[in-house]
Amino acid sequence: MSKFEALAGNEAVATAMRQINPDVMAAYPITPQTSTVQKFADFVSDGLVDTDFVTVESEHSAMSACVGASAAGARVMTATSANGLALMWEIVYIAASNRCPIAMSLVNRALSAPINIHCDHSDVMGIRDSGWIILFSENGQEAYDNIIQAIRIGEHPDVLLPVAVCQDGFITSHSLERVEIFDDADVKAFVGEYKPQWPLLDLEHPKTYGPLDFYDYYYEHKRQQVEAMEHAHRVVLEVADEFNRKFNRNYGLFEPYKLDDAEVGVIVANSAAGTAKVVVDKLRDEGLKVGLLKPRLFRPFPAKELSDALRHLKAVMVMDRSASFGAMDNAGPLFLELVAALALHGVQVPVADYVYGLGGRDILPREIEQVYHDALKVAETGQVERMVTYLSVRE
Amino acid sequence: MATKLTPKELSKRPERLSPGHRLCAGCGATIIVRQILAAIDDPVVIANATGCLEVGTTIYPYTAWRVPWIHNAFENAASTISGVEAAYRSMVKQGKIPEQNVKFLAFAGDGGTYDIGIQALSGAVERGHQFLYVCYDNGAYMNTGIQRSSATPYGAHTTTSPAGKVIPGKQQFRKDLTAIMAAHHIPYVAQAAPSQWRDLMKKTRKAVNCGGPAFMNVLSSCNRGWRHGTNETIEITQLAVDTCYWPLYEVENGEWRLTYKPKKKRPVEEWLKRQGRFRHVFKPENRHMIDKLQAEVDRRWEQLLKLCGEA
Amino acid sequence: MELKGWRDIPIGGMILEAGNAVEYLTGGWRAFRPVHGEAECIHCMQCWLFCPDSSILVDPENEKMAGFDLEHCKGCGICASICPVNAKVIKKAKKAGEELARNDTRLCIRMVEEGKFKE
Repeated sequence: MSKFEALAGNEAVATAMRQINPDVMAAYPITPQTSTVQKFADFVSDGLVDTDFVTVESEHSAMSACVGASAAGARVMTATSANGLALMWEIVYIAASNRCPIAMSLVNRALSAPINIHCDHSDVMGIRDSGWIILFSENGQEAYDNIIQAIRIGEHPDVLLPVAVCQDGFITSHSLERVEIFDDADVKAFVGEYKPQWPLLDLEHPKTYGPLDFYDYYYEHKRQQVEAMEHAHRVVLEVADEFNRKFNRNYGLFEPYKLDDAEVGVIVANSAAGTAKVVVDKLRDEGLKVGLLKPRLFRPFPAKELSDALRHLKAVMVMDRSASFGAMDNAGPLFLELVAALALHGVQVPVADYVYGLGGRDILPREIEQVYHDALKVAETGQVERMVTYLSVRE
Repeated sequence: MATKLTPKELSKRPERLSPGHRLCAGCGATIIVRQILAAIDDPVVIANATGCLEVGTTIYPYTAWRVPWIHNAFENAASTISGVEAAYRSMVKQGKIPEQNVKFLAFAGDGGTYDIGIQALSGAVERGHQFLYVCYDNGAYMNTGIQRSSATPYGAHTTTSPAGKVIPGKQQFRKDLTAIMAAHHIPYVAQAAPSQWRDLMKKTRKAVNCGGPAFMNVLSSCNRGWRHGTNETIEITQLAVDTCYWPLYEVENGEWRLTYKPKKKRPVEEWLKRQGRFRHVFKPENRHMIDKLQAEVDRRWEQLLKLCGEA
Repeated sequence: MELKGWRDIPIGGMILEAGNAVEYLTGGWRAFRPVHGEAECIHCMQCWLFCPDSSILVDPENEKMAGFDLEHCKGCGICASICPVNAKVIKKAKKAGEELARNDTRLCIRMVEEGKFKE
């Protein structure tokens, strides 16, 4: 039996971590992730988990210890944000290349400089090529559900990759929400036991992790990671299916919202999608046929499925909570990937990008409404006036 | 009963580092590793920082390690082994794996220890993980081409502190990392050298059985970087000890103890003149550098004698 | 070793055969080779203690030094330089005014030149 609790996003994730009861957690505090590790530390000090909580002296050491523990054969979790992720970036790649199924709560925050502790997606975008599986979460409930599924996805023998579960810093990480928390026993049964195939601590079969590759083998090892990503695509859906059957909540590669009969759609991830849904409802009441697509699985990028879901639209507006400086028209990464996907899957819909919310700049319903009105105009004229708009920046 | 510390008995035990690794002929590092591993009877798990030892022993698809071994990155041998050790503790506590008296080791060069790795090392020992961290100190970033580290001796020529027309080699004295580790007040800290193998092995055993974090700084002669013959490794290491450039001591639960006192303290010049990296300090205009190094060696030696109650 | 495809190797760069570096023969690196000389070996095992390449062969049952692993020995010459029997032989010769060459047959371990490069 589940129960509903008033929890902030970080606390919901910490609760999931308690229920998962990983063997090791190595983490370093950074705003806005801190309440996650603080709450988890309470669980540790109160004897509610068996986890060995390694209070490392930096994020670089956090991910390093996670890699060591995972290679040893333990189930490992961690959490970080922004510059913490940036500091551990070297090891983030190593975690994926060493095929360590680490589950990480990534509380999205802007990268310095100037230093900004509020939400944007620049941090996660910095690891999109690292080989990690990346999931977006609209709210605390999704973050809770996703981190539980992350364990199963990452540890799947066809995958064996680390998984980052994103949620918006402060916006959902610190906002109280009504979260459905499942029974401890049910979560424990769902995640099951981790059965490492090549643990370092199997003394009977000593093995070497992290050798030197020359140009004769590095490429083959990378090709293996590609294969794992292909499997991940399938595994994410399998795990979501099982999750649905057990916990009665349906997840997929993304969430279409009133999209089937829409004429125009907006693509937006994490908390702003929640705001956008309210806008969609309002505009629908006004008789406008608008819809929303909320990405969930970002890596691997479900290009075909996204293209198919958007094929019928007359205009697609992407909202990016990060910029890729110097990319085509200084667009955001979500836009750049989507445009490539649509082009390669023969979807000829006019597309435009709206960069928003950098450094925690609020995104208001009326601003999203404007995006929809722009979309409708594009649908009418077939012409995109401006490829990339920086929403609500003061000129 | 632990294996008796005699070469005959020790040589009967299985060799944990295989031949066929690609470190240089006469490398001090592998001598150190072999001696350390020979001293430990228990199973070991090793984390190794990037460097000569790591690269030379694990060129894919070959590994010279016959024990569980992980390389992660350059600066994180200590945090990596922290994770392995935490995993072991956690899983043994939960009954997931049996308790097997495993000894956790980290190997890193002076690069991965004095400089880029010092944070991870300091953090790991502060947290009290039960492991032995061995620094094989060859006094430079050897693997990448002999660049200076904070362990490089004063006056040495390295590729980033070259003996040039204006600046004659490294101008700073080396960091005293062993003292820094002693200041962490961990159960066991020692400075050792493979030329005194019995001293090194006794220290190893104390270190792995101290019940907490332990650190050993071991002088590792590098014939490439120091510019001497491949067969002179042990002799030149011993000269560093006998000139008191590299004193052998231990700090056991805060008590400083000198474990080797040279019968006759040799002038540091005798060590310098055997190595090509110091050739330039023998020029008349640079001879004052030898005096400066001698003065510092003497100062640190006197300080150590006081700490060890030998003054 | 034949190069394998990505499907045929363990994932993550793991090497599952511990110590397979023995298959890599570093003996070809040598310019000099250790050879047993006339002086009687006392089987002190010091050479075993100081060999960087685990290339001193040991007969554990009879507690004897059993030779050199020439497939791997790199010819560094440390064994010869620390051998206490060598030291004794060299000291004796020095007293008689003689400087022994590294390949002198009177040594316990002598270093001989590996085959010369053929023109």
